Amino acid sequence: MGMRETYTESLIRLAEKDERICLLDADLRVGHGTKPFYDRFPDRAINCGVAEANMLGIAAGLAAGGKIPFAETFGCFAARRAFDQFFISGNYAGLNVKLLGSDPGVTAAFNGGTHMPFEDLALMRAIPGLTIVSPCDPYSLGELMEPLAYSDGCVYLRMPRKAEQQIYMGNEKIELGRGKVLKEGSDITIAATGFVMVPEALKAAELLDKDGISAAVIDFHTIKPLDTDLIEEWAGKTTMIVTMENHQKSGGFGGAVAEHLSSTKPVPVFRIGIEDRFGQVGTEAFLKQDYGLTAEQSAPLIRDFFYKLK
Amino acid sequence: MNTEKLDFLTEKAKEIRISTIEMIGNLGVGHIGGALSIVELLTALYNGIMDIDPEDPKKANRDKLVLSKGHAGPALYATLADRGFFDKSWLSTLNAGGTMLPSHCDMNRTPGIDMTTGSLGQGLSAAAGLCLSNRMSGIDKRVFAVIGDGESNEGQIWEAAMAASQFCLDKLTAFTDYNKMQIDGMTADVMDLGDIEGKWASFGWDVQRIDGHDIEAIFNTVEKADVETDKPSMIILDTVKGKGCFFAEGNLSNHNMAFNSTQAAEAIALLRKENKYGNA
Ligand SMILES: Cc1ncc(C[n+]2csc(CCOP(=O)(O)OP(=O)(O)O)c2C)c(N)n1
Ligand SMILES: [Mg+2]
Repeated sequence: MGMRETYTESLIRLAEKDERICLLDADLRVGHGTKPFYDRFPDRAINCGVAEANMLGIAAGLAAGGKIPFAETFGCFAARRAFDQFFISGNYAGLNVKLLGSDPGVTAAFNGGTHMPFEDLALMRAIPGLTIVSPCDPYSLGELMEPLAYSDGCVYLRMPRKAEQQIYMGNEKIELGRGKVLKEGSDITIAATGFVMVPEALKAAELLDKDGISAAVIDFHTIKPLDTDLIEEWAGKTTMIVTMENHQKSGGFGGAVAEHLSSTKPVPVFRIGIEDRFGQVGTEAFLKQDYGLTAEQSAPLIRDFFYKLK
Repeated sequence: MNTEKLDFLTEKAKEIRISTIEMIGNLGVGHIGGALSIVELLTALYNGIMDIDPEDPKKANRDKLVLSKGHAGPALYATLADRGFFDKSWLSTLNAGGTMLPSHCDMNRTPGIDMTTGSLGQGLSAAAGLCLSNRMSGIDKRVFAVIGDGESNEGQIWEAAMAASQFCLDKLTAFTDYNKMQIDGMTADVMDLGDIEGKWASFGWDVQRIDGHDIEAIFNTVEKADVETDKPSMIILDTVKGKGCFFAEGNLSNHNMAFNSTQAAEAIALLRKENKYGNA
């Protein structure tokens, strides 16, 4: 099962138990595969057409009426087109709007530069009190859906729609706001977030192992609130922190980690991410390579940085 | 329009349709539906209506087009290649890493593209800005814009509609590709545009409505739109999404469709068999 199937199934499961759960689309229902929800709960599913700002306004109204609305569109439109509506009518108003921004970063692939959000985390991170989640596989997404529905306030969920992959075995405890150590290590800590970069982090750790560098890998499925205890713990256990994200370096996950550590436990933070560039069209494989997101490109940079510290 | 010219343009539209199908078929997936519904429009605009120069695509004194429904880029690329803006061999690079022809229109990549689009709802405002720029510079040229019917759900379309009328942008001629479909279904079911002619008229636009696949009607209405009024013009094109591609036409899933080059070849063979009246 892929991400969108898990998303839809989880929503249906939640909606069966709680009639406040409802769903909104902006002419991307087909793309998000949420039709089963419409079939099951026709009165609680609203397609707003190609009008994202209006959709977020309507979602806020639903929330003000006591509902728990999940709205979805591509991440580029979720974060950019409807930002003010999400910010004011949702967040500032203290309401409970859950927003899915799909196809983050390079996963927008053939839709190209206009559709490729490298800045959504930067925008969303600046919203006070917002919960931001970027799960790396369907299992962890499924585990997070209920806590997200019942978390206090607005949520931004960042994930690709179509892809399938398995990082977790399927019996782990996944807690909102708590990072998950995927691999132990003693020299450096790789903190990664999201579907694209968690696997790259695991691969990079393997490559580093071959160079005699022991790297721990942690999945930060929750970006805000950041699991600062875990970050500080590993900043103490290892020489440096590496962050990996499918997003601009500035203002993203690595920025959040560096900001926190700089005033609590200053250790070197090496960030892998997109270097002040716009998106473009291409296959995901081409884009990962072009923006320098692969393990093969990252591992030597991490290694050199680590050696320089010693 | 004399029959010779009409035959020539009809044949050209067919070739552009074929290139569009071929291009997307090579890649394996693309926005075939909304590309094919505007082939006759683009053929007419770039072969007789617009004052443009493929040798000098950026000349200041030219007509411009904003393809606001930027996902229809492939149809425009086929049209521009046919008109000599760039080599036809480029068409096989659609969406490849580093390509000059991305799925959505990009003015910094493709010769002949006048505005970057892809985030629906933004292009009509940009077209209004181009008109105002021309007015400030004393350039007496037309600006054309193509918006989708689904795209017309966006509030910004109606902000631009109000502004263009307020600023008396009589050099602006916009087309609505009224193919009655968006991604999630028929526009009537998702977000009904209702009295679309009345809406534009009430926003202060001159409104005409024609069969969007009728090349002669496109020429006539575009000419009429240029007669001196101080209003912008909207031409509603009744079109068929996926027009002329047997597996796409009439198929509700034709928005962003996967098909391979064998299927493309089949569709192309059928098109080649058709006579000028569209009968096989
Ligand atoms: C702001 C924005 N929202 C959503 C999309 C995704 N999208 C691309 S095409 C489309 C449907 C557009 O329908 P329509 O304008 O009727 O296009 P056509 O039928 O001409 O292809 C949508 C929702 C987008 N490109 N931009
Ligand atoms: Mg349409």
